[in-house]
Amino acid sequence: MVDSGGVVVDVESLSKTFGTLKAVDGVTFQIREGEIFGFLGPNGAGKTTTINMLTTLLRASGGKAVINGYDIRKQPNEVRRSVGVVPQEYTADEDITGLQNILLCADLYGLPRNDSRPHAMELLELVELQEAANRKVGTYSGGMRRRLELASGLINYPKLLFLDEPTLGLDVQTRSAVWRYIRMLKEEYRMTLFLTTHYLEEADSLCDRIAIIDHGHIIKIGTPDELKATVGGDIIAVGVAEAEPDISADIAKIPLVKDVKKNGNEYRIKSEVGEESSIQIIDLVRSKGLHVTKISLTKPSLDEAYLELTGRSIREEESNKMDAFKQRITMMRARR
Amino acid sequence: MAQQERAREKAFRAAPNLNKSPLHGLWALTNRDLIKWYKNPIQLIISLVQPIVWLGLFGKAFNIAALFTSQPGVTQAEIAAVDLGTFGTTSYFSYLAAGMLAFIILFTAAFAGMSVVWDRRFGFMNKAMSTPVGRGAIVTGKVLQSVVRSLIQAAIVLAIAVALGMDTANFSVFAIAGTFVMLFLMTFGLSSLFVMLALRSSDWQTQMAIINLLNLPLLFTSNAMLPVKIMPAWLQTVVRFNPVSYAVDGVRQMLLGSGSAAAAAAGYSVLAPLWVDFAVLAAFAAVLSVLGIILSWRLLSK
Ligand SMILES: Nc1ncnc2c1ncn2[C@@H]1O[C@H](COP(=O)(O)OP(=O)(O)OP(=O)(O)O)[C@@H](O)[C@H]1O
Ligand SMILES: [Mg+2]
Repeated sequence: MVDSGGVVVDVESLSKTFGTLKAVDGVTFQIREGEIFGFLGPNGAGKTTTINMLTTLLRASGGKAVINGYDIRKQPNEVRRSVGVVPQEYTADEDITGLQNILLCADLYGLPRNDSRPHAMELLELVELQEAANRKVGTYSGGMRRRLELASGLINYPKLLFLDEPTLGLDVQTRSAVWRYIRMLKEEYRMTLFLTTHYLEEADSLCDRIAIIDHGHIIKIGTPDELKATVGGDIIAVGVAEAEPDISADIAKIPLVKDVKKNGNEYRIKSEVGEESSIQIIDLVRSKGLHVTKISLTKPSLDEAYLELTGRSIREEESNKMDAFKQRITMMRARR
Repeated sequence: MAQQERAREKAFRAAPNLNKSPLHGLWALTNRDLIKWYKNPIQLIISLVQPIVWLGLFGKAFNIAALFTSQPGVTQAEIAAVDLGTFGTTSYFSYLAAGMLAFIILFTAAFAGMSVVWDRRFGFMNKAMSTPVGRGAIVTGKVLQSVVRSLIQAAIVLAIAVALGMDTANFSVFAIAGTFVMLFLMTFGLSSLFVMLALRSSDWQTQMAIINLLNLPLLFTSNAMLPVKIMPAWLQTVVRFNPVSYAVDGVRQMLLGSGSAAAAAAGYSVLAPLWVDFAVLAAFAAVLSVLGIILSWRLLSK
């Protein structure tokens, strides 16, 4: 069933056009068995549209995708049976209880009746909703509803789970609970997860690999560390007692150092591996007879990487300055 | 937390075999809507108000039959003869009661599409469509819940009409069973029609407009309320193309004996022989439900 080489999701040039809008414009990526793969992008980037195509809710306009070895166009029912989906919006029926909702899902998947009730109760316990199981969903809080959606998405014993913005609008406590469930699904049940988010810290702390998506394009795929590395490296700030002589040229010769800027008594140095370079920098400064007053090492955050990556793509693709400005505002919003 | 640990151990055993029949989940979907319906009896009560008011107002208070016979010096027997010739029964109330069965079916079936719109709005439709449940089962479930609801409501209207004095001289097990088969065919066809019209819609205002656009014309271009005899010729032609007319005609023949030789002798003519009524309704139901399922494969998507 599972593809060779442990690739459970294989997407090639997938696209979706709504009228004239290219909501998803030829995305290509692969997800390996057992990893948490994240789509990170601002509102309207095409995250939900991609998930909808992969879970067969929407017909793709172009490209192909193979999920768990099944083609999304030719074998939609096999795809549906083999994956779990936790959509962005709430889908539970408010007029019936949480348990009834999950049992309904079990019936829709065709789970045997004698299995579905105990399994539904186990899943409700897993997301700590067992006490509310027999309450109407209309009385649930937002966090409870989100957890109910998660439990419903697991009813068919999926090996691959799609989560669309699983922590959107949740308070800090519920968000960390959802993170805990997600890690548990990966680590204890060896599930593969595909999640979308526009929270940077969420992508950073949960995902093994991230694809940054904007305007329907994947800008870059990599581990969080790889993405951060695109910022150009760690930033080392070195303060010296003496403003003269300028030793920038000597510092630039140190291996791994990529860029040096001097500002009064302070040097700002970009290095591929900050820990190694900083020691060599201190040695160099001292060998020149200068005195180090302070030193700091900053690892680039995903925030910076994201801005750098999406910002660059805008400058390359769009000559219109006003457009670029608008994009930047959108990105700032997304960064919040 | 300890409980959660236990749940973890059990929750991810090997998956059991799934039922892959194309109709799996059909009962679950139908039942969901029915549970929501009977848990909220207000909806049922409100939908019964209108046919009962009609029965009371036009069937009892107005005595429409008198319009045709209110000349001086007309005997009781003559009045009965005119009624029989016009309505196929001597009781206009009974005539109207049969029409009201069609009325309640029509108005319940019309809202079958509305429930599709709500499900789309509240996200449930997306959930259902991300599962392997058949698209045909989703549509058929919507049709079936409407069929069950409208037949139960029709039974209540019939019981109330009898309590208010509907003529039961012609009632028999066959007549009542036949009536419900006829009503079943009618609601199956109409529910399929309205569900079909809602397949792509997520907007309840549009849906309301569609209901109003179809419902009243379907009702008033039929023989449900008034005898075909008194209609202008063009309208009489339209009545013949309206499936509701055949259902009402069939129900009157079975429940009121309007197809009897006596009624015919008095000048009443049925719309069609009883078997033709059944054939028309069966064809109507078959065509629309098959069309609904075929369209659901093509149109039912996000
Ligand atoms: N059914 C549709 N018809 C027309 N346009 C659509 C439709 N669905 C989505 N779009 C458009 O496609 C683009 C991508 O939408 P999508 O929902 O995939 O974004 P997203 O990345 O999930 O955003 P968000 O973070 O807000 O959920 C948007 O510009 C949206 O307006
Ligand atoms: Mg989205």
